[in-house]
Amino acid sequence: MLVYTVRRVLGAIPVLLLASVLTFVLIDVSGDPLSDLRMQQPPPDPSVIELQEERLYLDRSMPERYWLWMTGIGGNGDIGLLQGEFGPSTQSATYDIGENIADRLGVTLRLVTAAMVFALGLAVLSGVISAMRQYSKLDYTLTFVGFLALAMPTFWFAGIMQQAGVGFNELVGAQIFATIGDGTYQAQGLDAWGRFTNALAYMTLPTIVLMLTSFAAWSRYQRTSMLEVLNSDYVRLARAKGLPNRVVIRRHALRTALIPLTTVVAVGMAGIIDGTVLTERVFQWRGLGEFFIAAVEANDSFALMAWLMLSGTAVIVANLIADLLYGVLDPRIRFE
Amino acid sequence: MSTTDHTSDEKDERAVTVAHDDVVLEVRDLSVTFPSEDGPLHAVRDVSYVVRRGEALGIVGESGSGKSVTSMAIMGLLPPNAKVSGSASVLGEEIVGLTDAQISKVRGNRIAMIFQDPLTSLNPVYTVGYQIAEAVLAHRKVTKQAAMDRALELLEIVGIPSPQQRLKQYPHELSGGMRQRVVIAIAMANEPDVIIADEPTTALDVTVQAQVLEALDRARQETGAALVLITHDLGVVAGQVERVGVMYGGRMVEMGPVEEVFYRPRMPYALGLLGSLPRMDEDRSDRLTPIMGTPPALLAMPKGCAFSPRCPMAKEICHQEEPLLLATDEHGGRVPVPVGDTTAHTAACHFSDELGESAPDDLFRTSGPQETEGDEPPAAAPKERGGGEAIVSVTNLVKNFPIHSKGLLRRRIGEVQAVSGISLDLRERETLALVGESGCGKSTTARLILQLIKQSSGEVHYMGKPLHTLSARQMRPLRRDLQLVFQDPFASLDPRMTVADIIAEPMRIHGQRGTDARKRVKDLLSLVGLNAEHSSRYPHEFSGGQRQRIGVARALALNPKVLILDEPVSALDVSIQAGVINLLEDLQEELGLSYLFVSHDLSVVRHIADRVAVMYLGKIVETGTTEQMFRSPAHPYTQALISAIPFPDPVKERTRERIIVTGDVPSPSDPPSGCRFRTRCPKFAGQLSEAERVRCVEEPPELMDRGTGHPDACHYSQVVELI
Amino acid sequence: MSENKAPIAHPRTDAESVGGAERTQLQMITRRFLRHRPAMISLVLLAVITLVAFLGPYVWTWDHLVHREIPPSVPPHADHPFGTTTAGHDVLGQLMRGTQQTLKVAFTVSVLGTVIGSLWGATAGYYGGRVDALMMRVVDVFMIVPLLVMVAAIAGSVRGGTTWYAVALIIAMFSWAQIARVVRGVVLSLREQEFVEAARAAGASPGWIIVRHLLPNAAGPIIVAATLLVAVAILLEAGMSFLNFGIQLPDISLGQMIGEARTAASTRPWLFYPPGVLLVIICLTINFIGDGLRDALDPRQTMGRR
Repeated sequence: MLVYTVRRVLGAIPVLLLASVLTFVLIDVSGDPLSDLRMQQPPPDPSVIELQEERLYLDRSMPERYWLWMTGIGGNGDIGLLQGEFGPSTQSATYDIGENIADRLGVTLRLVTAAMVFALGLAVLSGVISAMRQYSKLDYTLTFVGFLALAMPTFWFAGIMQQAGVGFNELVGAQIFATIGDGTYQAQGLDAWGRFTNALAYMTLPTIVLMLTSFAAWSRYQRTSMLEVLNSDYVRLARAKGLPNRVVIRRHALRTALIPLTTVVAVGMAGIIDGTVLTERVFQWRGLGEFFIAAVEANDSFALMAWLMLSGTAVIVANLIADLLYGVLDPRIRFE
Repeated sequence: MSTTDHTSDEKDERAVTVAHDDVVLEVRDLSVTFPSEDGPLHAVRDVSYVVRRGEALGIVGESGSGKSVTSMAIMGLLPPNAKVSGSASVLGEEIVGLTDAQISKVRGNRIAMIFQDPLTSLNPVYTVGYQIAEAVLAHRKVTKQAAMDRALELLEIVGIPSPQQRLKQYPHELSGGMRQRVVIAIAMANEPDVIIADEPTTALDVTVQAQVLEALDRARQETGAALVLITHDLGVVAGQVERVGVMYGGRMVEMGPVEEVFYRPRMPYALGLLGSLPRMDEDRSDRLTPIMGTPPALLAMPKGCAFSPRCPMAKEICHQEEPLLLATDEHGGRVPVPVGDTTAHTAACHFSDELGESAPDDLFRTSGPQETEGDEPPAAAPKERGGGEAIVSVTNLVKNFPIHSKGLLRRRIGEVQAVSGISLDLRERETLALVGESGCGKSTTARLILQLIKQSSGEVHYMGKPLHTLSARQMRPLRRDLQLVFQDPFASLDPRMTVADIIAEPMRIHGQRGTDARKRVKDLLSLVGLNAEHSSRYPHEFSGGQRQRIGVARALALNPKVLILDEPVSALDVSIQAGVINLLEDLQEELGLSYLFVSHDLSVVRHIADRVAVMYLGKIVETGTTEQMFRSPAHPYTQALISAIPFPDPVKERTRERIIVTGDVPSPSDPPSGCRFRTRCPKFAGQLSEAERVRCVEEPPELMDRGTGHPDACHYSQVVELI
Repeated sequence: MSENKAPIAHPRTDAESVGGAERTQLQMITRRFLRHRPAMISLVLLAVITLVAFLGPYVWTWDHLVHREIPPSVPPHADHPFGTTTAGHDVLGQLMRGTQQTLKVAFTVSVLGTVIGSLWGATAGYYGGRVDALMMRVVDVFMIVPLLVMVAAIAGSVRGGTTWYAVALIIAMFSWAQIARVVRGVVLSLREQEFVEAARAAGASPGWIIVRHLLPNAAGPIIVAATLLVAVAILLEAGMSFLNFGIQLPDISLGQMIGEARTAASTRPWLFYPPGVLLVIICLTINFIGDGLRDALDPRQTMGRR
């Protein structure tokens, strides 16, 4: 198991490295961080541009810049991923990318975690029910809901939920759902219970929005996987032993049908990150999604790279966890 | 291990218990229908039978006959879309249509089941011990520890070595034979009254089959359970059961005591089945008698008797009226018997009285209409082939496969020697059979000869040309002469090509096209006994036997000199198999082909081969003419293989002498030192002295003639007559 | 339970079976697809939407641009069945143009992504070993970067407006990885099939095997994956445009329309709901068509039984 773990971790490093090269090059060639400055009217003094180029290391070649960004060797101390520095920002000389990310990480992480947990739980539940009642009205309904959810643009659904929240509040005459902001500000100075109810009011709608797509994809997958297991010989043998249906489902079918889901969930992590950006935009959260949009708008290459590396690492870590979990759940892997 | 006396003792015991008039399982008018795209599919129609306490009933039939569906219906294990009608009762208690809670009390307790594929019937994520204990706990209020103790006891009964350790192992750590024994242990856990075994040994090698059948036998002695043994293998039935039922097209078409059915069948189908089987215990130059046509599609059942389109005796009434399952009295009249009468011999044939003592040949060869599957010239010339020049010769062939870890880095962690130093000669116009169990390297050898994979070392010569030194490009022209026929007729034909394209493909590859090629396709189709009009169809429109004929036609397209046949009939039903074997024999005669016939089925090999080479763990352990190998086998492994093949003859099967090997084939990545067979060798275990054994452990035996008239690879070889 | 599977239709005797059994592969697939009702309804619906989107602008008075004659912020009525925007667009004109752009992007992505992905995956699968390992690491890289974020980052960095084909190119560049995975898997398993070995035994070259056996047999899964990629591309493009990093004004796409109307959902619902509903319908129909194709092409029904 240890060997297996080490092998998996070592295998993830080249992928991450390759991802960093790819994203760096693409971000670098796709835009000029100083294009806004250069196009300013009246044109700024060439020395101003030069100064900015030097600050942003644009006076060096791209490979040099990548090396610098990765290691920080030969820089001004504000760059070098391996030293924990993300590089200078175009947004202002004092804008610290690392600090800003750290600031917003909590809010976004809270949303992502909640969405993943609920999506997973509901997906397993609806997948199992669908599989057990294959071709029933319930199965068809759940299948259609799944298809609908997969066809729904996250941001449009977010808008609808926002409207629904506002409408609901008006209907009951109380502020049950908060539809704007992440609630961090309002939570200040509250006790634990107060912070919890506050978070609940702010998080409910965005969580529902963010989990929708993942829920749909995973419940389809769980249904298929469950059906496959239900038709397997060992489930038939479990029935032939005289185990009642619910024991067969829980102990033999569900247990094994969950194993392949781990991998699917990990891959789905990337989709959740996409959804976060859109959801945060609609609900006007001050999270990593907003940070990302600001970075794109400001052509802030190093901020974008920091963001992409963070999300890439998150997906890879999720995959690692899934691999290890797979090993724990499936003895065939464990003993390899 | 088991001797003649032993088995006959058991028989007597069983005969006594049968005399008691208590029925444990009664099935009455059981029918099963599945909805399908093209209308309802009647998988089982009005099947009735009884099983008495301690009795063994066999149910035989080919694929699609409904034999498995019947037992699934009894157990209530069919998918919810299946419609089941009729009744099945255990100890007088109805079990069809029970609720889940009710049937759960019966399943595994009163009636237990064993499935075909041991590799998939255990849950991969739980230990073996847990899965057995679970069966105990499902029906008994005992502690978990007590259930585990019982599991241990059960593992001992079914003959699993070091059971204490096995309890904590997962299924994937056990071999197929072991796993099937675990399934048997689960089935007997609560001392059921009936055990239904659905093809329990079909997925296993013959030597392992013998072990598992013995474990099954022990389970029955231990629990006193009755057995319903479902199988397609007439040999297994002959040795294991007292009564047998034959199913065809979803119906029971014949039923009676096993000797009656085997020696005096009253239904042409049963007679035909027996005639189409290559037999170890009869003259091997006899030509097989195939049943023409193919089993009926359940969606397009013929009117009247389901067998009538294939039956040489069929008259007008057979096509009109479906015959009932009736007994024949002494005057030749057909009379009904009560379902409970276990001595009666019933058959569903209008003319069962006319069948009398006829032999399969009389019926199926002379009076039958032309075979549609293959029209063959009657009576082949006597087998006087071989003895010519070696056309393919193989020297010291070795193939190593690297073992990679499954991790991201895929490091090389060792080697498996699939083939380790094989030498053989295939002579002109002869059939050389390469025989062995799964994993012995026989298929790898076949592909090495064809240079489809490259050898690690060794030489392959074809008509004096060294193939092992050729590049892929240089090899191409020689491929015309060396062709391959595959085991699986479903996987070996590209589903997206028409039959004409499939057969013409080798010609196209070698630059032959146009009208010549089209004409050749038609010629080839009629050569293998198919209608040339059908060349524009796709493979899925043909039955298994017909597809295999297409595969043969493709192999013949380039006029090869050598055909390598990799288990060409193993995937086919018995009644179809015979036709393909006859076809292969005729083609050899007609076209002067040389065959390398790779197979695990010794009965087929004995029928078709001129010479035989037996492989074990990558090495040839014995080789000689077919006569020598079967008349006077010298290597203990060959002897074990021969005695493991069941004869389709109840008396011979129960009285023959057996040499049984224990355990499973060791992993080829870590073969035993010295003689590779010693870990399973009955001679090594039972007859050799300590000093003699040292030689087996230390010195690998050479393949040479030790005075038996043919080469073997055993230091202490000794001829034993088994047939 | 081998009996449980539907038996293949054997031609029982030669004379009888001609006619009924003589169906080509394509006919069987078509027949199965035609029987899949959701897929058939979807196909018709999608065809109608596509026709209106591409031919409608020739018939309808207004295009997607601002016109002084158009009264601003009018709810749907006879002159403007879907209402007008504050700036003075006709929403119907915008919807038709938006759908057009969306479909153009999506189909371009699907074609490009499928071609790149199939070639990449087939090469990796056919050669196997180290080539495969290396090529699949690259695919892994594309799988770990969040798609929308990546394409938005790149498109957003490009200044001065993005056209529909630029958007399509950027999305295609990142969405071929899934196709490559699918194709590689199919090719890997096909490579081991006996009919491929039979071709090799007859002396066929790798090129022959790829063209005659691997591609025709992989076509089914590729077609299904390509169909589903259309839906993925639509949602990606919509997301990009919503964030304002996609197709730029004065051109329009459905996602962009939702983005513009985001804050007006309660006051001017005719701006917010129609583009969303249209997007959902298009994606839904494509997913159903993909589902129907999957059922119709299911290899288990054509590749034989075990």
